[in-house]
Amino acid sequence: MTDSQSVLLSVKDLKRHFDVGKGKTLKAVDGLSFDIYKGETFGLVGESGCGKSTAGRTILGLYNKTDGEVVFEGQNVHDMNDKERQQFLKKMQMVFQDPYASLNPRSTVYEIIAEPMEIHNMYKSKKELRARVNELLEDVGLNRDHANRYPHEFSGGQRQRIGIARALALDPEFIIADEPISALDVSVQAQVVMLFQRLQREKGLTYLFIAHDLSMVKYLSDRIGVMYLGHLVELTTSDQLYGKPLHPYTEALLSAIPIPDPDIEESRKRILLEGELPSPIDPPSGCVFRTRCPYAMDVCATHKPQWLEKDEGHFVACHLHDESLMKEVNEQAKQLQV
Amino acid sequence: MDVIGQQLANASSLENAPAIKEHQPGSGIATEENRKQKKTISQEIMLSVRDLEVSFKTFGGEVQAIRGVSFDLYKGETLAVVGESGCGKSVTANTIMGLIPQPPGRIRNGEVLFKNRDLTKLNKKALREIQGVDISMIFQDPMTALNPTLKIGEQLMEGLRTHHKVSRGEAKRKAVEMLNLVGISNPEERLKQYPHQFSGGMRQRIVIAIALICEPELLIADEPTTALDVTIQAQILELFDEIQRKTGVGIILITHDLGVVAKIADRIAVMYAGKIIEIGNKREIFYDPQHPYTQGLLNSVPRLDLQEEELKPIEGTPPDLFAPPEGCPFAARCPFAMEVCERVYPATTQLTTQHTVDCWLQDPRAQSVIN
Repeated sequence: MTDSQSVLLSVKDLKRHFDVGKGKTLKAVDGLSFDIYKGETFGLVGESGCGKSTAGRTILGLYNKTDGEVVFEGQNVHDMNDKERQQFLKKMQMVFQDPYASLNPRSTVYEIIAEPMEIHNMYKSKKELRARVNELLEDVGLNRDHANRYPHEFSGGQRQRIGIARALALDPEFIIADEPISALDVSVQAQVVMLFQRLQREKGLTYLFIAHDLSMVKYLSDRIGVMYLGHLVELTTSDQLYGKPLHPYTEALLSAIPIPDPDIEESRKRILLEGELPSPIDPPSGCVFRTRCPYAMDVCATHKPQWLEKDEGHFVACHLHDESLMKEVNEQAKQLQV
Repeated sequence: MDVIGQQLANASSLENAPAIKEHQPGSGIATEENRKQKKTISQEIMLSVRDLEVSFKTFGGEVQAIRGVSFDLYKGETLAVVGESGCGKSVTANTIMGLIPQPPGRIRNGEVLFKNRDLTKLNKKALREIQGVDISMIFQDPMTALNPTLKIGEQLMEGLRTHHKVSRGEAKRKAVEMLNLVGISNPEERLKQYPHQFSGGMRQRIVIAIALICEPELLIADEPTTALDVTIQAQILELFDEIQRKTGVGIILITHDLGVVAKIADRIAVMYAGKIIEIGNKREIFYDPQHPYTQGLLNSVPRLDLQEEELKPIEGTPPDLFAPPEGCPFAARCPFAMEVCERVYPATTQLTTQHTVDCWLQDPRAQSVIN
């Protein structure tokens, strides 16, 4: 699925801070770097408050950046004039979490889906527009009779399909999906995920899939980035992430997810993390995870871990995997023992 | 200097073989003996729900939320009730707890037997003597379940003071004990704090402490970890397990998360469109599911530990409970549906002592269809 040759989107040291008054800043996203290749699904996971949604919105330009840059097809997303931005939004669209809040209750399904195309003057005649809306409805598994109904007449899963049809209306290359299935029932989640997969196959779409449900992200993504308190702590292919997690947080996160199989659940070793997420207004010094990390060392409080490529394409930010640093640590320990 | 050296040495040995550090939960109970102690489930039935039917009047008509639900709960066990939104699992819980507002709600039929009394027939006063004392409930959202204007000490002691008429000092001693049990450190100081001073996971611990302070025999937990992050969820599930081992409380756990169920349930009831369509012990439901809906549910969740080629979603949506279908409510989505399924609701088939299923495929005449 992945065409590793071409980078579609490049995020470089992206920061988004919010002023929360009293001279304090909330560092929602604090130095994020990754590339997304054309045709792949990139999953961004983490617990609530880790900054994954802020990251998604900043990438699309719904939020201004504080620092760093987002480059899409050679163009800096946060450095466009209105006209360029309008053209850019034809290529990048978003599907939102809450299918109840993201559709205007006073508009018909036709109006909701046709609106982006009207803004961009894509079709000259009403007839063409109507035909295109019908086509989109069929693409997402609804039918043309649904066009004249209002959002309240649909179930959650159907509404999410409408949201997806709207995102597809401009024929984008890249879609950011922010928790698109977490508001849906289990059996409907699978339906919508299959729809995302089918559309990717048919239209060659690239996805940034933001979610907290690691099982679903693992199923859907080619590569996954794990976020904690505004930072990426690990990035690799989805198989590697489950098979060979490097960061202690990834390990703990994976072990915390219950697997629907009683035998496996009984025999599994669980790493329970102590405490809760620290405040992003006053994050820990050094490594942000050190306050909950079972392996924390003194150096974790003083030095920020580097973003290391441990294996090919497998990045991690953790001192335990910094060989030169660990060598130093070991030598110091030896000296002390002598 | 020595301490640092030791720490560094420890850390370096971890690099090659990252040992898993043993977790030390709530200081009050996390002793080794407690962890090893086997869970005891007796054969004694503590709660019996029979033919329960509950509906709600709305402008659009009468919603038949529960359409004949029967099950038993044994002492000391955890029964998980699973199903999708709108299947009636929360209404079942609220009916047992006596929380159905009437009107618009109406208990059309059935009984909830607890301690030789039918809870559906009790008046408000008699019900209050049971609510929070013998049966407690934990709600989904820890952010709204607590009163933001009261110190958590007051909220913990309120139930005890009302129901057991104990002195303030005694109530406070008990409150401290409960906070210890649920793993909140420094309980005496914490009693004086307000809910907003606690994080989500901590608030859910307090809600659990409040539910347990009168030492109930039955705890109903309605999606207790849905609003929490997975790492916090793991902490809370561990807590449920420990509390049950220690106090022997019976738990009805309402959830849609099959992973959570696999972890802590003893038996599982699968609900669909206001009916329990399959019930059995954990192994029977996970490894030998008989109802196509149960099978579909298990197939539609991706698993972290497996390499799935493709998910198999259940197509379609649940039926409208304003006018529920006469036959099997799953027939419209069922890949094995026969003509009879749409017309007549299937009888309950007893597969083992604990495992029953409502499905026409169990009928000997259906064998040809399966093959």
